Formats: sequence, structure tokens, C-alpha cells
Amino acid sequence: MGNQSNKSMAEKSWSPQPADAQEKQLLEIADQVLERAKANGATAAEVSLGHGKGMSVNVRNGEVETVEYNRDKSLGITVYFDHRSGSSNTTDYADAALKSCVDAACNIARYTEEDEFNGLADPELLATKIPDLDLYYPWQLEMDEAIDLATRCEQSALDQDSRITNTEGGSLSSHDGADLYANSHGFRGLSRSSRHSISCSVIAGEGDGMQRDYWYDSCRDQSEMRTPESVGKETAQRTVRRLGARKAATGTYPVIYEPMVAASLLSHLVSAISGSSLYRRASFLLDSKGEKLFRDSIRIHEQPLLKKAPGSASFDNEGVATKPRDIVSGGVLNDYVLSSYSARKLGTQTTGNAGGVHNLTIDPTEDIGLDDMIKSMGTGLVVSELIGFGINNVTGDYSRGAFGFWVENGEIAYPVQEFTIAGNLRDMFMGIEVVGSDFDIRRSTRAGSILVGEMTVAGA
Amino acid sequence: MSDILQLAQQSLWQPTGLIEQDINNTLGKIMTPGIDYADLYFQYSRHESWALDEGTVKSGSFGIDQGVGVRAVAGEKTGFAYSDEITGNALLDAASAARSIAANSGDQGAVAVRNDRKIAPLYSSANPMESLKDEDKVALLRQIEQVARKADSRVVQVMVSLAAAHDTIMIARSDGLLAGDIRPLVRMNVSVIAEENGRREQGSSGGGGRYTMEYFVEQNRAEEYAHEAVRQALVNLEAQDAPAGEMTVVLGPGWPGILLHEAIGHGLEGDFNRKGTSAFSGQIGQKVASSQCTVVDDGTIANRRGSLTIDDEGEAAKNTVLIENGILKGYMQDQTNARLMGMEPTGNGRRESYGHLPMPRMTNTYMLAGEHDPQEIISSVDNGLYAVNFGGGQVDITSGKFVFSASEAYVVKNGKITHPVKGATLIGNGPDVLTRVSMVGNDLELDTGVGVCGKEGQSVPVGVGQPTMRIDGLTVGGVSV
Repeated sequence: MGNQSNKSMAEKSWSPQPADAQEKQLLEIADQVLERAKANGATAAEVSLGHGKGMSVNVRNGEVETVEYNRDKSLGITVYFDHRSGSSNTTDYADAALKSCVDAACNIARYTEEDEFNGLADPELLATKIPDLDLYYPWQLEMDEAIDLATRCEQSALDQDSRITNTEGGSLSSHDGADLYANSHGFRGLSRSSRHSISCSVIAGEGDGMQRDYWYDSCRDQSEMRTPESVGKETAQRTVRRLGARKAATGTYPVIYEPMVAASLLSHLVSAISGSSLYRRASFLLDSKGEKLFRDSIRIHEQPLLKKAPGSASFDNEGVATKPRDIVSGGVLNDYVLSSYSARKLGTQTTGNAGGVHNLTIDPTEDIGLDDMIKSMGTGLVVSELIGFGINNVTGDYSRGAFGFWVENGEIAYPVQEFTIAGNLRDMFMGIEVVGSDFDIRRSTRAGSILVGEMTVAGA
Repeated sequence: MSDILQLAQQSLWQPTGLIEQDINNTLGKIMTPGIDYADLYFQYSRHESWALDEGTVKSGSFGIDQGVGVRAVAGEKTGFAYSDEITGNALLDAASAARSIAANSGDQGAVAVRNDRKIAPLYSSANPMESLKDEDKVALLRQIEQVARKADSRVVQVMVSLAAAHDTIMIARSDGLLAGDIRPLVRMNVSVIAEENGRREQGSSGGGGRYTMEYFVEQNRAEEYAHEAVRQALVNLEAQDAPAGEMTVVLGPGWPGILLHEAIGHGLEGDFNRKGTSAFSGQIGQKVASSQCTVVDDGTIANRRGSLTIDDEGEAAKNTVLIENGILKGYMQDQTNARLMGMEPTGNGRRESYGHLPMPRMTNTYMLAGEHDPQEIISSVDNGLYAVNFGGGQVDITSGKFVFSASEAYVVKNGKITHPVKGATLIGNGPDVLTRVSMVGNDLELDTGVGVCGKEGQSVPVGVGQPTMRIDGLTVGGVSV
């Protein structure tokens, strides 16, 4: 595929806003790099580059602990010589460094082997419109203001409950930047984004009864950020509720995942239906398209074009237009999660997921929050935190360390710790009985509380 | 001046004409009244990776990261800024941002950096990427794939990767220390999937260290990784459901030392102990393990993945005793936490890159050998689990609860290893797990060189090790009740 259209496309940058000076520089660099790849004999090339800046502060016991200023840039290029490819990246935008970066990628492509599925996305699938998804709210944050917000956040946690004995502090961070993806089909996609976060972590209890927990908020637009006081208060409540934890008893029980950990179940689904797991046959969900994996009531869908959302994007990492789509509806798996490469390997078309899924959402099965779900469960466990990596993507075997609460007669009886929850993900997916409406919208994977009918708990 | 420092200066300062006076000037500008300490961390890092997948070496990548991180410390406050340009102006900009944590400025301090130390390097400064020709790297990947495929007809998928990095760093401190290090790092991984009667299971193996790539060719190491990955996958094809509940667990030698890393190591890092947020806080001198247990963090072993000639704050790496005959002896420290706790730095100040602040981190953490024959340990178990390979682990340092996930384990009955069981996560409590160690083997092994430790978003290479060890009571997270 030639890149004759390079120049004209660069002048008409595909972006919701007109490019500013720094972004014009990104466009110029992209042109320069793609030109050099072509001059080196590459038949196609693609480049991702961007710049960002930010600040983060951490305050502990009311005193500033760290102030960090970030200023980053990076560029990654992949070149194709027909079906051979090579990649390279650099953080240096000086002409000489860019040249040697392109040359390094071309050199690698001399040694890699032919792979007929290698190459850019098909041109007809590339995004032709780049809508403004409202992701860019730079915050002219001064250090003193950041310190003040972090201090208030921590202080309200410390003031909330006398059982709070120690603190890891309050933090505030703010970042913004721009990213450009360009390829030799002439595609240019520029996106700006910002991210602002406030968080707090405190410790309750003493000695071997100490417990730590945290809470945070994160958003594109700082005017929508929760107040430092509410984040601090929630941190304190989440921490003290863990005091007096006992070991859970071994047995099989229903398990409720709180929203913050429920999203992890969707991540395991995505990893099993991702192209690279499928073509390597390294998934427990091989050939499962069209299969009923969940109960009738379950719908899981992507919402890439949500305004202001954390996982929004109008094109994926290879320029392919994203679109809202149902991955699971009526409990049936409709489609996989593919890039151009994995789609070609599987003999189908990309789903616009180079780089991952966008605002993957599991719809509530009813209008229900955590408390009512606990009531209806009767006896079982609520899981509030998971640790460890005990997931086998080839077999679906699942075993993770957990913290949470033992539930009896529809009420939380006491906190529990030092136990694992285990099962097979296929059974766990089919075992999802209720999905709550208490969404966690801070994350790019959106879930409310999830009740899984039966899992093995190993503890005392 | 050492040869290493000279080489480092050539890579880091010469391209933009930086000289010692620029460094003194920058440090002097930060060291105004109110600032206790400052340092500059220069880095030029090159890395490369090659991967074989589906029978084809279809991807390779190369990258360069470079920059300088500038840190200013005032009491418990740290200001930090960095630049990906190593120039005099970029240094001064970063310096003024970093020193903004202290309110008043005043007379500039006088700093004159020098290097008068001689520390023998623990590894070669040669660039591992140049140790094999590119075509030979590709050929090696292909050869290893063939070894794995030929090892057993049930092998249906083979993935092989080869990675190398060459990292040049320099540290200039306000106390005048100027130091440099050149760190090679190589790693190879083989993972396979075996299939029989519709059941698929995986196995993986690998290794590396601060070597050149020839390490993989020598002693047929790469081929051994392939055989080991296949062996694990075939064992897992026979695996039954793992038990659930508390039982006696015997851990094999080597990589199962990840137990020590999670259960003990993180909890003994200085930052958590200074803040009193670790389950081990304030326990120095107390008995935290059975008297058979001695655990060290040793950054001084030549060529190991976790070893460092100097840490990222310029301190020579050390062999630090953490637990001696069951008694908690010491913490792992960086500059800041050592100073605030009135202790000595232990060479554990590490950072992922110039863009990250240093923290106390582990190097190679392992338990010394005991006196029991490994067979004797297994024979002593009536009913329990023998776990020999693990995936990752994690710890909550405040409650002390830790997990690590077995990837190869067997049920032990009446002193005999019986059938393999599917991977299960093991969970325990850091401060008391080692008190339940009843037998320590005489077969200390270090891992093969694949560990990556993550803390507060920063990854660094580490090593672990241990002899065979019997723990009387650990919760096994299987599905079979």
C-alpha cells in the first residue's frame, strides 16, 4: 500500500479540534518518520506518538511527602517489508534519534520472517470521522492547590473515626496530553485527553490487627471530581469495616463481588476471547462464538463513544473505527475481541479492538445495589479485594486470594481474610445470577456488584 | 576514575557536551537553605526483544530510553522532576521544579562531585545485544521451538521469546558522590501448550541474568528451558483438582522462594517500617520465624538478575541479613528511609528508570540451606501438598496476608508423592508463616533468573531462592473440599 496521500492528509489533520503548535509538531514528526521508512524500502509503516505532562503530590500526616512533575513523550514505529515487520521506539524526538529509530525497525524487519497476516488495517475500515468525545479538560493546577486538596482528603479520613491509627496519605494527580496515530494509508488520528485523580489510603487498628484500605476518584474533567472530603470519608469507612477480620471457613458458598472487583471477571472474559489467545489456542473459550456462556439475563457490550468516559476512543490502535457493539447478549457470545492481525489469522474481520476494549459494560440484571443483593443472598461471602494472579487462561481454572465479609441471614456478620475463592471461569460465568446497578464508572470496564451462585472458599 | 564511570560519561554527558561543572552547578542551585539532599540520575537504556509464535519469528523490537531525574529532599519531603533531554538547560529546569518543595530560596550551595571509590563490577559491561548476530538470535528461537516440538507429539503450541537490555546510569549526589554503572540483562522464555484427548495444559520455563546472550547457548541452557516447559505441560495434563483448606505444604527449592519475597521481603522494606504500616513494624530483635530460618537479601552475587554493583543511589550492593536463626535482624533501606530512621543504607535504593523516584527494593532474596535431606522432608508428610513451581504472588503488607500461585504441585500421602494437582493459589500470613517452618532442606537453589517485582507502579528485576522447606499449615486454595 502506497502513501502518496501523506502530505494532503497531514494538512487536514483528523482531529476534533484544530491542532495546536505541539500537535503540529507531532504531525510533522509522523510524516518525517513515515517518509524515512518509505525511503528505506518499507512497503507500509505505522507510527504512534504523543506527549503528556502532569503533576502528582502525596501528603502524609498533613505534611507534603512527594511532589512529582512529569513530562513525557514517546514514539513507536512498526515497518512492514511486504509481510515482514520490525518495531522500534524512542523518547527522543531529535532528527538523528528519529532516523536511527526508523532504521532500527527496518533492520529488525530484515531478520524477522514472512507472516502473511502481518500488515496495516484494511483502509476501508479506518475511521473517517473523529468525533469529539469530550476527553480533554486540562487543569491549570498549582502545586499549592494540589497539596491543599490532598491534605483535606487525608484529614477527613483521619477525622472520620478514632480507630484510624496511621496513614499512607492523600494524593492528587493530574495529567493531560495528546496522542497521534498515523499510517502509510494516509490515516492521521489525533486525540487529546486528560485524567485527574484523587486518592487516600489509611490504616486502622494496631499490631497484628492492622488493616489498610483505600478509595479514590478519577475523571476526565476535574469539575466532576468527588470532593476530597467524600473520598477521605469513604476511605475511612472502608478501612475500619475490615477490623477484627477472621479467617473464612472452607466450603462452597455464593460469592458477591463488589463493583471494584467485579470488573475483573469481565477482564478474564476479554482475555479468553481475545484474538491472540484464540489463534494460539491458549484459551478456555476456543470456538465459543455463538455459544451460551452466561444466563439469559446477561448482556455485555462495548461503549467506545461515551462522552468523558475513561475508555472512550473513536478509533483503535491501528486507526480502525470503533463502534458500540454487544459482545454477549441473552447470555450468548456474539463475537470475539480482535485486531486486524488476529482477525486475519482467524479468517475474519477486525472488531476494532487493537489495544483492547472500550468501556466494556455488563448491564444490570435488575435495579439492585449491594445491600439488597446481600439480603437476597442470605448466607455467603462478599469479596471487597482480590490479590494474586491465579488465573489460567488455557483451562479457565481460577484461584485468588481475597478479603471480604461473611454474610449470615442477609446481613454482614464479620470481616474475613486469609482465604481464597476458586472455581472454573466457565462455571463462574454461567453462575452469574445477579448483576447490580451500582456501577463503578471510574474504570474503563464497568460493572456493578456481581453475585456468583457457587464458588469454593478455602480458609480455616 | 573507574573505567565504568568513564564509559558512562561518554554515553550520558558527552553527546550534549555536559561537563562536571554543569553537574556541580545544578546540584548547587538545588542545595539552597532548607534542602537536605539532592541527586541527579542519568540513564541511557537500550533494549531489544524477539518473539517466536505459531512457528514464525514474526516480531522484533528495539528501543532507547534516556533522560535525567532530579530529586530534592527536605526532611520527609521529596521534590522530583525529570527530563528526557540530557542538556544543561533541561537539568536546570528540572532542578528548579524539584526544589520547589522548599519555600525560601537563598544562597546557592557549593557542591563538587568526585569519584574516589573502587567497586569491582559484578557483571560485564558488554552490550548483550551485540553478543549474538541478529540472524543467530532468530536461528536460536527457531532451534528452541524445534526442540520443544520434537520433545513430545502432544506439544501443539510453542512460544519463545528473547530479550536483552543494556542500561548505563550515573548518579551525582549533593554529598559529592559521583558513581556509574553499566548493567546488562538478558532473559529467555519458553512456553508451550500440550494437548491430549481435547484437554489442553500449559507449561513454561526460562532464565537469564546479567550476562550476554551467549549464556543461553552455553551448556544448552535454552534447550533445557524447552524441555522443562514441555515436562511441566505434560505433568499438568495429568493434574486433578487441587484440595481446598489448610494443610502441610512442602515447597521445592529455587523459585518457590517467591514465598520469602512476598511473605517476608516486602514487609521488611524500610519505607513501610518507617511509616509503621508494615505487619513487621517495630519487630527488630523479635522471633518471627523458626530457628531453622535464616533469610538474606544479597545484591552482591555475580551476574544474578537481581544483583547490582551499585544501587540507584550510588551505594554498593550488600548482603543484608533479614532474619537470622528466626530473629528479625534488619530492614532493606534506601537513602531517605535510612536517614529518617537513623540507620545505614543497605544498597536497596532502586528505581524503574530516571522517570521514577527510588524506593527500598529487594535484590536477590533467599533462605540459607538447612540440614535436612529433601527426600526426608517429603517422607515426613502424612497428608499434604508438594509445590515445586509457581506463577506470581502478591502481598498486603499491612495485614501481612500474601498469596502465591502454584503452577506445578502434587498431593503427598503417607510420605509419598502421588498425583499432580491443578494450579492453586496458596494464602498465608507473613509474620507467622515462617514460624511454622519445621524442616529446612540442605538443597539451596536460586531461581533461574526470571523475576520481576512490582511496587507502586515500578518494576525492577529481582531474584529469589530457597532450599526445600516444610510448612506445617498453609491454606491451599483448590476447588476440592
